Amino acid sequence: MADELIKPDELLSKIDHRPSGAGWMDTPVDIRKGMYCYAANPKSVDTLGLPNARAWNPLEEDWKLPENWQQIIHDGFRERLDKFRSFKVYMDICVRCGACADKCHFFIGTGDPKNMPVLRAELLRSIYRNDFTTAGKILGRLGGARPMTLDVLKEWWYYLFQCTECRRCSVFCPYGIDTAEITIMGRELLNLLGLNIDWIATPVANCYRTGNHLGIQPHAFKDMLDFFVEDIEEITGIQVDPPYMEKGADILFITPSGDVFADPGTYTCMGYMLLFHYLKEKYGLRITWSTYASEGGNFGFFTSHETMKRLNSKMYAEAKRLGVKWILGGECGHMWRVISQYMDTMNGPADFLEEPVNPITGTKFENASSTKMVHISEFTADLIKHGKLELDPSRNDNKIVTFHDSCNPARGMGLLDEPRYVLENVANNFYEMPANTIREQTFCCGSGAGLNAGENMELRMAGGFPRANAVKHVHEEFGVNMLACVCAIDRAALPASMEYWVPEVDVTGLTELVANALIMPGEKERETDLRGEPLPGMEE
Amino acid sequence: MNSEKLLAEKKQAILKSWFQTTVDSYPADTARFLKSQKDPFANPVGQTTYRSLDALMDALITGAGREVMATALDPILRIRSVQTFTPSAATSFVFSLKRIVRKHLPEFGRDGGLAINGLDRQIDEMAMAAFDIYVACREKIFELKATESRKQFFGSLKRAGLIDETEADGPGL
Ligand code: SF4
Ligand code: SF4
Repeated sequence: MADELIKPDELLSKIDHRPSGAGWMDTPVDIRKGMYCYAANPKSVDTLGLPNARAWNPLEEDWKLPENWQQIIHDGFRERLDKFRSFKVYMDICVRCGACADKCHFFIGTGDPKNMPVLRAELLRSIYRNDFTTAGKILGRLGGARPMTLDVLKEWWYYLFQCTECRRCSVFCPYGIDTAEITIMGRELLNLLGLNIDWIATPVANCYRTGNHLGIQPHAFKDMLDFFVEDIEEITGIQVDPPYMEKGADILFITPSGDVFADPGTYTCMGYMLLFHYLKEKYGLRITWSTYASEGGNFGFFTSHETMKRLNSKMYAEAKRLGVKWILGGECGHMWRVISQYMDTMNGPADFLEEPVNPITGTKFENASSTKMVHISEFTADLIKHGKLELDPSRNDNKIVTFHDSCNPARGMGLLDEPRYVLENVANNFYEMPANTIREQTFCCGSGAGLNAGENMELRMAGGFPRANAVKHVHEEFGVNMLACVCAIDRAALPASMEYWVPEVDVTGLTELVANALIMPGEKERETDLRGEPLPGMEE
Repeated sequence: MNSEKLLAEKKQAILKSWFQTTVDSYPADTARFLKSQKDPFANPVGQTTYRSLDALMDALITGAGREVMATALDPILRIRSVQTFTPSAATSFVFSLKRIVRKHLPEFGRDGGLAINGLDRQIDEMAMAAFDIYVACREKIFELKATESRKQFFGSLKRAGLIDETEADGPGL
């Protein structure tokens, strides 16, 4: 098609979106409002004992770096190449085939070529070649190498925080190169200079101090669940009684704090409470909550391996302290990637816990035999499969549902069929989005990996467009009005995305739909769903 | 032949040029992708852009008027208003149509400019609709920036009676 192109100068002449025409290395970074997140609050950086805590502004020339910052990056790079074999391999083996280039939602949505995964990785690779390979040292730019300069550092920062570490690109790479891992390493290196964003640093500091990202103290956590108890009673006539830090309970339940405090996750939280009450009444199962392990999410994952490890360890410390058999995890995204890919080598094996078995069905969750942590969708699917839940899916009949595979459960742990199985059993109207936008190929919500801030809304909307576009399609085709997901970041991020792109569609967690359908022993005739909206046939 | 008919006859050629011109407002590598990938889910920006322009051409040919043009403009502008374009760059594809039509239909000038004047007026209407939509999209973005976390947190905390009512009831909520 190239020969059909009209000459650029004939066209929209003064468009500043167009790069200078030079190679990507010569296209200077232009930090744009709406595309980046605010710099980390120095207090939060300090709380975590991370280096170079100070106030700085990405738009200013001077980023207040330590004098020897180049050496710090070089040494940090070397250390990680030695420590992480995957990182070294990913630096070496890319053949620049371009298969990943157009698979990133940020490239697709923003139209910025530097958001092609291959170029994102080249940010680090170009320095790797320069600093650590003979060919790079001899050939220099001809060999794709360049020295680390302040401009390169700014480019790193700008584009490594335009990657949600979603791994979609890796699905298409013939070599299995995981650009998310490269971003993770790049962000670690940036953290050595105190170059984190606040939307990550402050939640991490909160979590470190008070146990959850929002910095909610234990009594407020309990107050919130108490309030849900009242709401549940109003809707179902059932008084649930969630145990807190119950020693000797069968199972410890951990979910992202967003489920407890942020709409619409709160309805999913009520769903968990109803489900656990049901299991206690019917089968005597004791599932306890904890205000100490009050966060399943782990923004440490977006900071450094060390920080991730620190936050992850408290979940296991609490499980040990309470003497539970195993841990049940709620609907979270990156929590599951941390658990299924890193926990075992970081803090595992958790051999003080038992290999998870569902006491009601006898099912052994072999996939969790080492981490001892089971996903709520696996657990619920197993209960449904064995006929252990009495369900009335017609109570969700006014919801025409589609399912968004959250990146981390889908690509990070292979959880694809269990949520669908649950959904099909609790709702009668379920329509899939097109095949190249779901399951392993799912499109990110556009706000993962700590990018769910307000100031970068343009980036989030552009990055969220490929997902929203597929939702729009099923909305137009099948009348879909509800987007279900199993991730707290999704529940926080997708409502804004829907409001912008497909305002007719609302967002729900899966367990909210489960609890709408779940027939509680002794319940009154329900008139509304968990949101207080009339059930089908109960409208005025 | 009247101008609508002429326009209809040349629709595909004009649309092709217009699409290329519009897509070339992106960096060259991106433009190549936007043009070549035909799957609407793998390439939602390219395909939405194409569909918007197609619908706008139809609106011009049938003289459907501003409201129909606005409906066709919404998807493309909703995208361009979050893509770091300046306002003029985000909307300039509308104006480029004037030049493209003149190139493809030189005969339009021959009736003393009547046809081209009529068309220009329609394109001016399109431009005005485009400004309105662009601004509405930007306003929506700022509204989301301002209200997103309020909606998430204040709603639930307020229902739970954990925060003071007057603090929670900010403007617009
Ligand atoms: S991990 Fe996701 S966000 Fe990052 S480059 Fe790959 S596709 Fe893009
Ligand atoms: S698909 Fe893999 S090998 Fe090909 S350019 Fe991307 S990262 Fe490199």
